[in-house]
This record gives sequence, C-alpha cells and structure tokens, in this order.
Amino acid sequence: MTMAQKGRWLVVTGLVLLGGVYVRALAFTPVERFQGPAQKIFYVHVPAAVTTELAVILLGLAGVFYLFLKDPRLDRFAESSAEVGTVFASIVLTTGPIWGKPIWGTWWTWDARLTSTLFLFFLLVGYQVLRGAVTDGALRARYSAVLGICAVVLVGFIHLSVYLFPTLHPQPIVLKPSKPSLPGAMLLTLLLSFGVFLLLYVGFVMQRYAIATRRAESFHG
Amino acid sequence: MGELLRQTWTIARKDLLLEFRSRTAIVSAVVFTALVLTVFNFGRDPTAVSALDLAPSILWVTFTFAAMLGLNRAFQLELENQAIEGLLISPLDRRSLYWGKLLANLAFVAVVEAVGLPLFVLFFNVPVGHVLLPLLAVMALATLGFVAVGTLFSAMVVRTRFAELMLPVLLLPFLLLPLTYAVQATARLLADRPLSEVAGWLRLLAAYDIVFLAVASWLFPYTVDE
Repeated sequence: MTMAQKGRWLVVTGLVLLGGVYVRALAFTPVERFQGPAQKIFYVHVPAAVTTELAVILLGLAGVFYLFLKDPRLDRFAESSAEVGTVFASIVLTTGPIWGKPIWGTWWTWDARLTSTLFLFFLLVGYQVLRGAVTDGALRARYSAVLGICAVVLVGFIHLSVYLFPTLHPQPIVLKPSKPSLPGAMLLTLLLSFGVFLLLYVGFVMQRYAIATRRAESFHG
Repeated sequence: MGELLRQTWTIARKDLLLEFRSRTAIVSAVVFTALVLTVFNFGRDPTAVSALDLAPSILWVTFTFAAMLGLNRAFQLELENQAIEGLLISPLDRRSLYWGKLLANLAFVAVVEAVGLPLFVLFFNVPVGHVLLPLLAVMALATLGFVAVGTLFSAMVVRTRFAELMLPVLLLPFLLLPLTYAVQATARLLADRPLSEVAGWLRLLAAYDIVFLAVASWLFPYTVDE
C-alpha cells in the first residue's frame, strides 16, 4: 500500500470515528448547564485548535532540523503540515463564531485568544504564499524553514501575551497546571475527539506528503 | 568581536552613504509619513472622536507602514548590478551583514520617526513634551523589534516574486505584537498614567527585541548563503 493510500484509509477511519464521537457527544454526554446544546461544538473546536498548534510547532521543528540536515523530506513534511494546519485553523475560526453568536451575542470579538488564532491562520497562509513565490526548490526549503521557525517563536510570544489581556474566552479546562475541571463523561468525549483529530491530521499529512513527493519526482524527471 | 563590529559598521556606513547621496528613499518615506498622517486626519470625524483617543493608533499605524517602506529598500538596493554577490564573495561574516543592514535600517526609520513625531504633535494637537523620554523609549524599543524581524524577511523576499507585496504579508503578523504593546504603552503615557503602568509593556517590548534579534541573527546566514 502506498503512503497516499494509507493516508486515505486513516482519514476515512478518522471521519467515521468523528461521526461516532458526535453520536456520543449528542446522545450520551450530559448537556452543559449554562450553555445548553451550543456547548457541543466544543468537541470539534478545542481538538481542532490543539491540532492547529501542533501543526505549527511541528512545522517549526521540521524547519530547525532542515537547516541542520538539509533533508528535503523534512521540507515536504513542513509543507504538508502547514497546509493541513491551515485547514484545522479554518475549522477553529468557523466553529468559534458559531458558538460565540448564541453565547456571547457576537460573532467575533478582538479577544486575545481569537486574535491569536487569527494570527496563526495568517502565519500559515503567509508561509504558503512565500512557498508559492520562490521557484528554486532548495531556496524555497530554506526560506520556509526560516519563516517556520520565526512563526513558532512568535506563537510562543503570543501565548505569553494572551494571559496579559482581559479575555472573554473560556479559560483552558483540560490542558492547565491543575486537574481538568470537567465532568468525566465530557472529558472522555473530548479526549476521544482529540484522538480522532490526531488521526485525521496524520492521515491528511500523509496524503499531502505523497503529493509533495510526486511533485518533486516529476520535477527532477 | 572587534572584527565583527568593524564589518558591521562598514556595511551600515555603505548603506547610509548611498542613502545620503541619493536621498530618494528617505525623502519618499518622510513624505509618505506626512501623507498618512494627513489621511488619518480626514479619516475620522473630529466632532465624534477626540484626537487623543485615536492618537496612539494613528502614531503607530503610521510608523509601522513607514518602517515597512524602509525595509523593502534594504536588500532591493543590493539587487542592482548583482551587488549582493559582491557582498557575499567578500570575506564578510554573515552576521555582520545582518547587523550592518539592521543598523542602517534603524537609522533610516529613526529619521522618518524624528520627522513624523513633531508632525503628529502638530496635526493632532497632542502634547507629548511631558512624557517625551518614556515615549522615545517606547519608540526605540518598538522600532528595534520591527526592524529586527523586518531585516531578516527583507533579505528573503527580494529573491521572490512580487517582493513588494510579499514583505507586508509576511511581516505584518510579526509586527502586530510589538505594535499592540507600543499602542498600549503610548495610550497610557498620553493619558498621564503613572510610569509603573507602562513598565510592563516596555519589558514585553524589550523581551520581544531580544528574542527576535537572537533568532534573526541566527537564521540570517541561511537566507543569503547559496
């Protein structure tokens, strides 16, 4: 089985499991007391946000290793991770406002967390715009690595800043220093959804990586 | 270390001398700054929004755009007659090339800001005399942050298609953070808040500068080497 086929299977499995997670979320997970059914979107929103961050961090790491090892496979991985990360960032930026309208009464606020996700999105798009504007393969890989590393440093800075600005956004409830403050049933649903999103990320990246490899091969003849 | 500094100064001096002799870029940047300030004046309703409320945003948006204009110039200059090849062949430490370009860019943006600030005070009737020193500190720190990242990126974008458009697209997400810090600090200064409220923002700006100066001088050689 080629990598593209494996990736496709992973994605199909992931999507089926995502359906399963939502059956569990809608039918077998308690409704949140204050937010009502609107809270259900949380099981897509939060895993998508975490996966986006993961995609950006891996993009930066691939950049660091590329500069030392000069292995084109790392560059292809970074390219794939950026593209898949953009898709996940779009999911976060779409599901967020859908939740925000009934709960906050507004689609968008310039809240620190919303702004930082928008930053991530712009960084990922900028990264791909840069890739499109450089024709030489080795140069493109080096430039992308440099931008990827800068992006990760910036994301770190944004995270520090987020805590300094007043925020409307719910605070982290799972990934925080103290114990998760979430009922067991909700936590389990969330963790399952995390797993599914991770699977989807890996599946998409594998397919995208296969495309990048094909492109490189056809380029070199 | 001494050698590094000497090379840095040589590069910076070369750029500044070129700029001083032609004066095209600096004059355009200064005029551009004055124009943006004028545009802001017509872009608001003076009966509804007082100048003081908008002042920090006006000041920093203007400076951000002006800095970006200057940064585009830094390596564009070296493309003519493949001057960059000459620089890269010469026995020059790549880091000193970055630091030299950085110094020249800083000087360029500082001149633009030195003209922009009095114009801003004049046009919007915002007295800054009593907070001039802390305001200059905010300006210095924010500008250093802008230029630290901008110099790195301008070295990359000159060799891409649509370089003039590419720089803002890549750079603006990086400038938004120091811009936010600077606007917050300036707003507090202009509202006569105690300096202790500004100190935190200054520290953040300084941290941003240190981190990005370090990252950029590490990464810069990778953007110019063949």
